[in-house]
Amino acid sequence: MAVLKVKFTKTRRDKLAQILWILNWISVVTGIILFSLGLFLKVELKKREELMAEKDIQYVPNMLIAVGLIACAINFLGGKICYDCVDSTKFLRWKLIMLPYIVCTFFFTLCVLVGALMCYSMHWELEEALDLGLMQAMRFYKDTDMPGRCFLKHTVDTLQIQFQCCGNSGYKDWFQIQWISNRYLDMSKKEVVDRLRSNVEGKYLMDGVPFSCCNINSPRPCIQQQITNNSAHFNYEHQTEDQNLWMKGCRQALLEYYTHIMQSIGLTVLITWLFELSVLTGVRYLQTSLENVLRQGDPDSESDGWLLENSLMETARIIKSLGKSNQINTANNGDPNIDVPSTSKAHYGPDNVPPKEKMETS
Amino acid sequence: MALLKMKFSQQRRVRLAQGLWLLSWLAVMCGAFIFCLGVYLKIELLRRDEVMENTEIHVVPNLLMMVGLASIGANWVASRVCQDSLDASRFPRWRVLLLGWYAVAVLLCCLLLAVVVLSYALQGRLEESLKVGLRNGIRFYKDTDVPGRCFQKETIDRLQMEFRCCGNNNFKDWFEVQWVSNRYLDFTSQEVKDRIRSNVDGRYLLDGVPFSCCNPASPRPCLQNQLTDSRAHYNYEYQSEELNLYSRGCRQALTDYYMGLMNSTGPGVLSVILIQLSVLLSMRYLQTAVEGAMALESPEGESEGYILEKDVKATYADVKAKALDLLKFAQVDPASEAAGPEEGEKADEATEKAATPPPAS
Repeated sequence: MAVLKVKFTKTRRDKLAQILWILNWISVVTGIILFSLGLFLKVELKKREELMAEKDIQYVPNMLIAVGLIACAINFLGGKICYDCVDSTKFLRWKLIMLPYIVCTFFFTLCVLVGALMCYSMHWELEEALDLGLMQAMRFYKDTDMPGRCFLKHTVDTLQIQFQCCGNSGYKDWFQIQWISNRYLDMSKKEVVDRLRSNVEGKYLMDGVPFSCCNINSPRPCIQQQITNNSAHFNYEHQTEDQNLWMKGCRQALLEYYTHIMQSIGLTVLITWLFELSVLTGVRYLQTSLENVLRQGDPDSESDGWLLENSLMETARIIKSLGKSNQINTANNGDPNIDVPSTSKAHYGPDNVPPKEKMETS
Repeated sequence: MALLKMKFSQQRRVRLAQGLWLLSWLAVMCGAFIFCLGVYLKIELLRRDEVMENTEIHVVPNLLMMVGLASIGANWVASRVCQDSLDASRFPRWRVLLLGWYAVAVLLCCLLLAVVVLSYALQGRLEESLKVGLRNGIRFYKDTDVPGRCFQKETIDRLQMEFRCCGNNNFKDWFEVQWVSNRYLDFTSQEVKDRIRSNVDGRYLLDGVPFSCCNPASPRPCLQNQLTDSRAHYNYEYQSEELNLYSRGCRQALTDYYMGLMNSTGPGVLSVILIQLSVLLSMRYLQTAVEGAMALESPEGESEGYILEKDVKATYADVKAKALDLLKFAQVDPASEAAGPEEGEKADEATEKAATPPPAS
């Protein structure tokens, strides 16, 4: 009892083969699109790798790149096969390969689906990576004289300007770290010494932010120092002022940016997966109908095409039994030459039967 | 004696028509390219409209767009002519049009050349326009509450950050302008009162710059205030400090940017001129060769193609005579009106005399 049996006339088979040929070539194009999307994501992640802690998030773009390349190859082969399927003599060439090809493609489409789901699940790992990375970057903002960290100031400044954000969660993160290097602090001044003494670790903390936090849209020249002190600036109220600095935190801004990219890519991959699945179904129908035609002998006759020859349960049982017959008997360590006494109840006679005397016939 | 005469067999004519058809489609693409170039340049100029005082420089992208569109039309016509050129029944209707087409093609080449020349010549005007525009922008930086000027602050800030520049010529331009609005000045404070009294116009001038002048590449957190006072900041020397703020002026930055844009389009425009000229010359050869072939008894035979029927001097004399004729025809001569009928009679007599053969002696 076949699963989803469909009758195919000769013309329908030919049409199916032609349509599948075109669809396979379209799939090659979508494979290339997947590849380039993976490449794009890889480049975007690499651009900001200074701001991300050491988390393994590169596996998502790597997977997309691999999936894209394999999709191209598989669909290229599929296109070649479908092109030859129009002619039933050429089909003989591919007959033995087609079933393994279909099975491989089926598992490959599962990989595509996994890839799509990974795009959406990357969100949480990315958030953690950004949180840690930004915290580190802000801590080393002042270390412009240390090799390996000297560009972090530039990176953080350009990030805050470009993404219109300030600090990790908000601008108050800058109050908790020393972002002015000791090289530029006059240690002989009382104010500086007071600040250094005011906290346990001896850090120069202030309620000020770097210039890159300044909001362009503010009607007022930017207030960067003494932000929490209302009396330090004329006509200024710290609690109600929301246009002076960027209010969004950089972690959230970056996360939104990457999530947007990931969602678009995930959607594209899902659509590609559906497309691949439909192409696979078509190829399966084509394969079964052509095999039936060969079995019937007459190349112009009608034939049946199906997804599975028997129902799902039967197929599962067949696969299981296939697996069992391939199983090696572990009692004699797999060596068939050792004589193992029969354990069955049936008695087949003594083992050592002497050969019949040939002298009787001579 | 024709100019640059060439012989064309039937096969060569066919080849010429095919080649010209391809070339004219290439020229259509080039026309589209020129149009897109014009659009791009116009958009870039419009984006910074607020810091430009006049729109004289816009003549360059406007010309490019016009020429692009005209070139698309003209070269499409050329491709149609090519398609019909080998068909003797359809070609004659294009003959009249072709003279006008040549004029249009020459005009397009001249306009493109003019664009290249203008893009260099207008640099001075662009700088002037930017100078005035930026000066106004900096003056009205503080007027975020005045309708019509409220976006100047955002425009100037964005400009300075994007183009990595500060002020008009350099950052000192900010010292001569009050860029902090009176709304944010505490007039009870002694410092503010001193500053306002220190100059004739009563403006609050300070040796500080807005935050958008800050250079992110500086190793030190940005110093914006008391820039000329080396003692106000620790380990700071005003004269030798060059990484703290952007050292370039915005006028220079914008001029460089636009000149760079226009210069990079120069080679493209020149190659389009060359393509258009080659279409023009090939079309002339095709026209004369096909017309020559149509005049022959056997249309499949060889014909001659040339650029001008006679050489340059003779053609010029011809054109001059034709033009004078046209002018004479337009002129009304009062003397010739009265003499006209008499002359007509005399002419009739002369023809009669000529018609009757003299009696044979």
